Amino acid sequence: MELRGLHNMADTENKNGTNGRRRFLVAATSVAGGIACVAWATPFVMSMMPSERAKAAGAPVEVDISKLEPGMLLAVEWRGKVVWVLKRTPDMLASLAKLEAQLADPKSEREMQPKYAQNTTRSIKPEILITEGVCTHLGCSPIFRRDIAPADLGADWLGGFFCPCHGSKFDLAGRVYKNLPAPTNLIIPPHTYLSESLLLIGADSKEAV
Amino acid sequence: MGKRMTSLMGWIDARMPVTAKWKLHLSEYYAPKNFNFWYYFGSLAMLVLVNQLLTGIFLTMNYKPDASLAFASVEYIMRDVDFGWLIRYMHSTGASMFFVVVYLHMFRGMMYGSYRKPRELLWLIGMMIFFVLMMLAFTGYILPWGQMSYWGAQVILSMVGSIPVIGEPLKDLIMGDYMLSDAALNRFFAYHVVTLPILLLTLVVVHVLALHEVGSNNPDGIEIKKNKDPETGIPVDGIPFHPYYSVKDIVGVVGFLIVFFGIIFFAPEMGGYFLEYNNFVPANSLQTPDHIAPVWYFTPYYSMLRAATVNFLWIDAKLWGIILMCGSVAIFCLLPWLDRSPVKSIRYKGSYFKTALTLFVISVFVLGWLGTKTPTPLYTTLAQIFTVVYFAFFLLMPWYSKIDKTKPEPTRVST
Amino acid sequence: MRKIKNILFVLCLLPLTTFAAGIEVKLDIAPIRTIDKLSLQRGAKTFVNYCLTCHSADYMRYNRLRDLGLSEKQISDNLIFTGQKTGGLMHTAMVKKEAKQWFGVPPPDLSVIARSRGADWLYTYLRQFYRDESTATGWNNLVFDRAAMPHVFYQLQGEQLLKVEMVDDGHGGKHEVKRLELSKPGTLSKTEYDMQIADLVNYLVYLAEPAATYRVQLGIIVMLFLFGMLGLTYTLKHEYWRDIH
Repeated sequence: MELRGLHNMADTENKNGTNGRRRFLVAATSVAGGIACVAWATPFVMSMMPSERAKAAGAPVEVDISKLEPGMLLAVEWRGKVVWVLKRTPDMLASLAKLEAQLADPKSEREMQPKYAQNTTRSIKPEILITEGVCTHLGCSPIFRRDIAPADLGADWLGGFFCPCHGSKFDLAGRVYKNLPAPTNLIIPPHTYLSESLLLIGADSKEAV
Repeated sequence: MGKRMTSLMGWIDARMPVTAKWKLHLSEYYAPKNFNFWYYFGSLAMLVLVNQLLTGIFLTMNYKPDASLAFASVEYIMRDVDFGWLIRYMHSTGASMFFVVVYLHMFRGMMYGSYRKPRELLWLIGMMIFFVLMMLAFTGYILPWGQMSYWGAQVILSMVGSIPVIGEPLKDLIMGDYMLSDAALNRFFAYHVVTLPILLLTLVVVHVLALHEVGSNNPDGIEIKKNKDPETGIPVDGIPFHPYYSVKDIVGVVGFLIVFFGIIFFAPEMGGYFLEYNNFVPANSLQTPDHIAPVWYFTPYYSMLRAATVNFLWIDAKLWGIILMCGSVAIFCLLPWLDRSPVKSIRYKGSYFKTALTLFVISVFVLGWLGTKTPTPLYTTLAQIFTVVYFAFFLLMPWYSKIDKTKPEPTRVST
Repeated sequence: MRKIKNILFVLCLLPLTTFAAGIEVKLDIAPIRTIDKLSLQRGAKTFVNYCLTCHSADYMRYNRLRDLGLSEKQISDNLIFTGQKTGGLMHTAMVKKEAKQWFGVPPPDLSVIARSRGADWLYTYLRQFYRDESTATGWNNLVFDRAAMPHVFYQLQGEQLLKVEMVDDGHGGKHEVKRLELSKPGTLSKTEYDMQIADLVNYLVYLAEPAATYRVQLGIIVMLFLFGMLGLTYTLKHEYWRDIH
């Protein structure tokens, strides 16, 4: 088909003096159509959020810590991630204060933990540490190294977590060492004690049923 | 348009003629000014196509094409996925509405002679779209893996098996197993979500390109290109598609959406016609449901399949049924050459054509209705009578369209 | 043209007769009110106490019952007997293989039973069991001959017996009329029993499509919007088409 000259119907608009009305109607329809498009897109976007099945699978997990010995680490799964439960010995707790100068955020000022865990031990009960075992650098799971001053980690190592992927180090409260790839302390998940020995990971005490 | 915008468009146009294409297909595509109600269904078919593609993509995110998981995954979409029910109903209702729209679109073509010269190829491409659509519907209906999915597919595949000589090996090839099983479900899923949609999209593009080459027909069935303004070369009865038909089609779209969402929100099963009750029972290869009927859009052809009950010539009744069923669809392709009337539109055709078309429509509805029923001797006889009527419409057309008393066509379209 | 349109319209109504004509046994109309949350709660209670023993509802999560106005705590305290979490699916306590040995067929999943059978069928079926010593279970049913399922509510409904009478149809012929008669009363009166079954079937209808209530509510909003949109787009079209006419 050959290109023809513009067949200008728009000329008649001005003659009829309806330009304003026409422009208003186009604008109004465009706005309504825009609203319709957003309304229409909403269910599609929502359908991509975690489903009820994912929510059920990601529900809080109960952990019995009555058999946890001092110095022992328990790995639990919550939402497909490792969550560590570590019962710290008095020695381990004592090591925390000594390290502060080497840490990036010794006072846990960045919000990597719930309010109730923003303290020197980063926990509700001082001896029990609950933290996600996921390195805040790129998601590897660090290794628990309780041995003191090993050859590979140096003489001043007082025990903690070492990430084999890119060499980030964390102390026994999950606080990150300075000048290493990981930017922040390990994440403390929401948790609460249902009883003296029964721990619920994944919910704060308010939410817990 | 601002200066920057203009120079940007200039930059693009120098490399890819976007503005020229816009003019060619929309702002300077001249359509006859006398389109009526029946001319909404082309753009609506496009709308439903887009709906099917988008909802389909989102369904594949959660559907599992595995015989042991498929049924449960559909219920998972209906319950556990946020708004999954809405997306699923949009897809299932869209499938039925696709056929509603396409049937009305085809009926429009039959009324106004849109298949006739120079639009024969356009009509044939349209028929190919229709065949692909039927395959899409068939492969899609299997996916929920309910009783109707299973037994419907079983019936259709048995038909393939009854083709002489190559039937049985062909059936095994299609199913990838000696029975209808996970293998078939898995490959039908592949056809439904990849092969056929690509084919359909391509054909739709070709259909539109072919249309814009010859130009649209209209309710008067006369060529507006025969009467052009000597100065501009624009048909005097033509108006630019954009903005005139774009604003008109938007009204059609909203009207359609009222019906479409009315069904989705208030009657998604449509009384068992859009979602069959027995398809809420998981597929069971050992137990046929008491009553099986295809979805409504296939029932007229299904009736004709069952209407063949006698062996004739060297061919047995079963194969005749299949020939009738396939023939009833394929025969539409011959329409451009069967119609010998001097005029295109029903407005100027005589009483013979009007009567024939009315009888044809009645036979389609009666056959469609019979296809949902369990056959009895009376129903079978009825199906046979109306099968004859159905085919007579086509096969006698060269005769009755020629001797029909037609009225003279006008030179300008009526408004 | 007008004639064709009229014929088309009549033909469109034709299919409406299809399913109404297909049913042979006369079914009682189930009094379904899925907006009645108390009825749904009673139905849910009957469901978990009686049905869930043998049947499952494998596509339904317990915590979805919040739709009925229940809290998670109420759900786990009153409705979960299998020790599952509230996010769990309504599995049955019975093992499928054993069930098949006992009943011949495994009891079907009930998640979408109301969509395949229909509410009226369920309502009639659950009220028309009668004593029949010739069957394996000792029970038979008027709408489902030789159903594999025994009458689980017999203590509530009591026992019914089948009475077949030959009735003169007024044209010289005779036809059979089947009627059920209460032979041993149960703990509930007929009205009470019908109401309990009505609640249960109401729940089954909810169970078949939990999103149905929300679907209708959302639909009303969408419809209102679309009708507004229709007016607006029609005005726009009319405005532009003044150029043509």
